[in-house]
Amino acid sequence: MVELPRRSLLAGMIALGASACSKINESETTQSLFKAAEDGHRAVHRALAGKQGLAPEYTRAERSPTFRGNGSVTVADPFYQDQLAKGFPEWKLEVRGLVEKPLALTLADVRALPQRTQITRHDCVEGWSAIGEWQGVQLAALLDAAKVKEQAKFIVFRCADTLNGRDYYESIDMVDAYHPQTIIAHSLNGEPLPEKNGAPLRMRIERQLGYKQAKYVKAIEAVISFDKIGQGGGGHWEDVAGYQWYAGI
Amino acid sequence: MTKKHAATTRLWHWVNAVAIIVLFMTGLNISNAHRHLYWGDYGFDPATAWLDVVKFPGWATIPGYYNLAMARDWHITAAWPFGLGVLFIWVTMLLNGHFRRDLTTSPREWTPGAVIVSMKAHSGPGAGAAHGYNSVQKILYGGVFGVLMPLMLFTGLAISPGFQAVAPWLLDLLGGRQSARSLHFIAAWAIFGFFVIHLVLALSDWRLILEMFTGGKRDLHAEAPPAPSASPQPDPVPAEMEAPAHG
Repeated sequence: MVELPRRSLLAGMIALGASACSKINESETTQSLFKAAEDGHRAVHRALAGKQGLAPEYTRAERSPTFRGNGSVTVADPFYQDQLAKGFPEWKLEVRGLVEKPLALTLADVRALPQRTQITRHDCVEGWSAIGEWQGVQLAALLDAAKVKEQAKFIVFRCADTLNGRDYYESIDMVDAYHPQTIIAHSLNGEPLPEKNGAPLRMRIERQLGYKQAKYVKAIEAVISFDKIGQGGGGHWEDVAGYQWYAGI
Repeated sequence: MTKKHAATTRLWHWVNAVAIIVLFMTGLNISNAHRHLYWGDYGFDPATAWLDVVKFPGWATIPGYYNLAMARDWHITAAWPFGLGVLFIWVTMLLNGHFRRDLTTSPREWTPGAVIVSMKAHSGPGAGAAHGYNSVQKILYGGVFGVLMPLMLFTGLAISPGFQAVAPWLLDLLGGRQSARSLHFIAAWAIFGFFVIHLVLALSDWRLILEMFTGGKRDLHAEAPPAPSASPQPDPVPAEMEAPAHG
């Protein structure tokens, strides 16, 4: 009665024991298994928390004394450095792609829109956490202002920094794009964003890990698919290192 | 119900064995990404860590070199059989009586006397193989099933940023995200400690391992732990007490 599972389990254990992990890892079956596990976690998170379920918010007293900068902490682009020195007077945030009314907003425009302030925890994929107070505009408000088209499935963030010789980018689906805590932040702890934390504008997607929180954002692009962007992984670290696209785990 | 180990127990045992080996070894790889543990909600400055963890060598990790993305792929995949398995074994243990028969303890079993009896019963030739669980076994297995495995599961869920919206109270209960991460690490090593004891004792009698595949025979005479005065040797089982399946 238990012959079958026993035999396949033994085979599985022997395969693991022989540390043939790299071969197992590269196989198509394993890759689709990983994808199924990742999708399963996302489905469970969203089923249990609801699409609009909020990440915990903290009090000012609970903030970390500083906010660590990681990944890109500076931008080489001369235009960026010039703007940084002047306070970004000519910086434009574009909202483009599958929208009826493309936008190009100055920092002053962004600050003039309805604001959301949230004190949230930032979890890096490496394991550390920092807590900071962010202020900015809900992405939903920008997408509504630009009249995002029905067929858009993902929102891509284009960044001014390069890392590992590539332009940084990230992407999220429409559930996270319309989440109330998904904001384009211009302030950290009441001050304009420092360069190491993504000046002048960065994403906050509070139910996902740090690598999704695109910094130095230049453009927000509504797309049907991100297959043709970068290497098709949906983000810089997804392309470069194979990190999970759903960074909620 | 004449087998020593129910089919559900054996199936879960081996699935779980593979899952926890993968989880532990990929976990060590993940630990190498930021080798500092903190208490509270936040923590990123090694100067404020309560523990600086050693760098785990390649032979102890999956994969055998530092690769956070791949280690995380394996980790969050193996988390499924582990997590669902914990749920499965608890439900079946409660339904088939394994929990009531083998894991529930009376206050008497937590006394030093009971521990000494357990140690005596568990040493010497052929010891314990056909008995029910002694007090120390009940306490250890109970601790693993009742405390360590659920703690592993809940701390793992709590440190997932997507899960924090599901149960923000879980993070509060565990003392914050970095505390949950520290507890995840501590529980992993506690389970490893159990794993080593479990493996050493099982390897002392290969029949015990074989029985975890075949199910073995249950000695109907010795379901209860031996009384303090009982001989450590199991009594011979009268033929009429043998389970029908053996006839």
